[in-house]
Amino acid sequence: MKYTDNTPPLMRVQGLACAYGARSVVRDISFDLWPGEVLAIVGESGSGKTTLLNAVAARHTPSAGQVSFDMRDHGLQNIYAMTEAQRRMLSRTDWGFVHQNAADGLRMNVSAGANVSERLMALGQRHYGWLREQATDWLERVEISPSRMDDRPDTFSGGMRQRLQIARNLITQPRLVFMDEPTSGLDVSVQARLLDMLRMLTRQMNLAAIIVTHDLAVARLLAQRMLVMQNGQAVETGLTDQVLDDPQHPYTQLLVSSVLQP
Amino acid sequence: MLPVETITPSLVRDPRINFAYLDERTKRMIRRAILKAVAIPGYQVPFGSREMPLPYGWGTGGIQVTASIIGPVDVLKVIDQGSDDTVNAVNIRRFFQRTTGVEVTTDTTSASIIQTRHRIPETPLREGQVLVYQVPVPEPMQRLEPRETETRKLHALQEYGLMHVNLFEDLAHYGHIATTYDYPVLVNGRYIMSPSPIPKFDNPKMHLNPALQLFGAGREKRIYAVPPYTSVESLGFEDHPFEVQRWDAACELCGSRESFLDEVLMDDQGSRMFVCSDSDYCGKRQAGIP
Amino acid sequence: MYVAVKGGESAILNSYDLLAQQRRGDPAVEELSVDQIRQQLRLAVDRVMTEGSVYDPQLAALAIKQSAGDLVEAIFLLRAYRATLPRLGYSVPLDTAGMQISRRISAAFKDLPGGQVLGPTYDYTQRLLDFSLLATGAKAPVARQAQASTEATPRVVDLLHHESLLETQPAPSGDPDPFDLTRQPVRFPADRSARLQNLARADEGFLLAMAYSTQRGYSESHPFVGEIRFGTVNLSIAPEELGFEISIGDLPITECQMINQFQGSQEQPPQFTRGYGLAFGHSERKAMAMALVDRALRADELGEAVTAPAQMQEFVMSHSDSLESSGFVQHLKLPHYVDFQSELELVRKMRHSFANPKDAHAAG
Repeated sequence: MKYTDNTPPLMRVQGLACAYGARSVVRDISFDLWPGEVLAIVGESGSGKTTLLNAVAARHTPSAGQVSFDMRDHGLQNIYAMTEAQRRMLSRTDWGFVHQNAADGLRMNVSAGANVSERLMALGQRHYGWLREQATDWLERVEISPSRMDDRPDTFSGGMRQRLQIARNLITQPRLVFMDEPTSGLDVSVQARLLDMLRMLTRQMNLAAIIVTHDLAVARLLAQRMLVMQNGQAVETGLTDQVLDDPQHPYTQLLVSSVLQP
Repeated sequence: MLPVETITPSLVRDPRINFAYLDERTKRMIRRAILKAVAIPGYQVPFGSREMPLPYGWGTGGIQVTASIIGPVDVLKVIDQGSDDTVNAVNIRRFFQRTTGVEVTTDTTSASIIQTRHRIPETPLREGQVLVYQVPVPEPMQRLEPRETETRKLHALQEYGLMHVNLFEDLAHYGHIATTYDYPVLVNGRYIMSPSPIPKFDNPKMHLNPALQLFGAGREKRIYAVPPYTSVESLGFEDHPFEVQRWDAACELCGSRESFLDEVLMDDQGSRMFVCSDSDYCGKRQAGIP
Repeated sequence: MYVAVKGGESAILNSYDLLAQQRRGDPAVEELSVDQIRQQLRLAVDRVMTEGSVYDPQLAALAIKQSAGDLVEAIFLLRAYRATLPRLGYSVPLDTAGMQISRRISAAFKDLPGGQVLGPTYDYTQRLLDFSLLATGAKAPVARQAQASTEATPRVVDLLHHESLLETQPAPSGDPDPFDLTRQPVRFPADRSARLQNLARADEGFLLAMAYSTQRGYSESHPFVGEIRFGTVNLSIAPEELGFEISIGDLPITECQMINQFQGSQEQPPQFTRGYGLAFGHSERKAMAMALVDRALRADELGEAVTAPAQMQEFVMSHSDSLESSGFVQHLKLPHYVDFQSELELVRKMRHSFANPKDAHAAG
């Protein structure tokens, strides 16, 4: 991708705030996200990072601020000024959302093949044989054996379900994927494999991603840039390596120092 | 016209009951719902369904639609499972005889209104006729998504992925699409509709039909419509297209190989024979009437 | 030689005769009169009126006679009759505080203004069959009548309001007309007036089971019977032409006020929440079940998580009407052989493919 001064950001967040009644959960967050860029939002539980992700992914209406996404033919558009129909279309085509708990992002009572090809069917694809080919291709890409295509995800391990969820989201070649703690709850070795796969896929597909995580290792491995949250505010942002190797803010320093070194 | 042995000619109209039972305000309300349904083919219009003297689930929606459109010069035919003689059909026909006094018939071609449960007549319909279907479950996605608040949104946003996931699963699991009746259709290229539990054999008859097709669901309180000459396509995949049922046998009584056949068990040894489901069609063929 | 089945109509006419015979029973036994039903099966009459949504004991008794005691069938008859009645007007809201009390109890207080009036109830009887009732002709005992008080018995909810302990229910702004689900179809989410109307007409058995489930952990609202009162209230209308209210009679009703789980937060001091039930005649079980389910269905508006069926509007309201449930369940008796034929054909085809895999591949 050739970047010029005129290349718009893929997503622009300005002055975003979220509140539950009188309680402020996210305060004055702003950032730009560029095509193919992976941003990690890091913080402890209660920092507001998941609320921020949901607000940016049109799943939770913010109380202030603006979220704009670069629509292919129309430039940056305020996602909350769109109709619900447009937002839903966006979340099925140009966006992906990977939930922490795979069961939240899958249809547990239909086969893996149906899960993976659903978005294509929703877009009007009607050739069963072709749909199965696409499903086979994508199951292989996420390292699930195609022999499992007709099995239901409730027979899959946690790691397999997560990979299935990723395939389901990526099959429409989205430009932006949101991920909420994609590796939490998985065994360490399973995590490592999943992270490797995510890194490969994001590079191959020039995917932009916003990943919420409390695990700095995930940020280090996947993200070019990082945003550190504490009590709903961004206390530090910057290139991942710089922030992790030379943290400026006391809270970031605390986070970095408390990570157990292997 | 064939002699109508099963119809009691002496059933006269009861003058104490308003014409077609419903009061005029109710008829007006239902007609408005019908007009809206005709203007938006396949879209389910909610209406204030009334209690009728027949139970919910037994055709009250179809009855309310018929009662709202029927006039003194109409000729009414009522069928259930294709036959004029089944208990449900007889009961409903008697209801209309009692409340309207209109002429009734078993002859598909001379009827102006045909109320039906679970079949479309074999004899092709013509312009000016109205086919009123009795519908138990108007929402085609109900088994997949029982919440009406959600299905309403899916229809509004034309998000029908769920329906195709269901068909995909059938093919993956059985090698066939496992729906054989109440097979969902796409109406006028926009709304997915339940055609009522007619066998899929009848689905092609709905497409570009010259007659007006009205659908009434009393218990679920919905009316929908397919105007004449509207496209009605059964869902499927390009490489697994929609297929109708076929029999290896012919009708034992009239010899037809084109109509829907009912299976009749003859004894406890498993021997059986097949006869036309459409009693009027079969009777005419037997009598040599074209 | 098989002949196509005919004679459906004459079979039906014959079944009417059989039905009439069944209803009458042994002709040597004296025929039941509508008056007898009205007087001596009055609790059945009360239920039929409540779910039939028509206050007319005579018609309800007739419906019970016609349906040979099948109350769901009797309710159906009354509802179908109701559908033919023109709507002449609306009453002024009932003032239950002014009720002429036959029975009034509160489980929330040991004693209270107006006292605990036990009235006629099975609650304190032992459920032993009374074989003396096998004979007829015995005179019913003359009960000591409670002194008819000229003062109205204040409602418990009004007493609690003085301390602001109980949530109040101010009328919605603009005082809109209550929703009438017999005139328009319900769309979800439904407002409280639609929900209460649905519950008032609901099948008692279903409502009872739903209410019971809320006591067994399927959502928990910690209910107390604030008050149950049964007696007669005045029924008034205020026709536009007159410009004032006129009383058109008395109505016996049962009202139940449930006091439930208190709510509060940092900003708002806690208050108890409420559930409400109302029925024609003496129908305590129904009114109580209704009050419990009413409260459960308020989960959304009270900010509670919806986890149990009794809290789910669509689930409760779509399955509460006995005409709909009985109709659809029993409709399975209607012929379905055309659809079944289609299923037979498919299963046979699939079994054939199973037994002959080569054919299956060729057919795709």
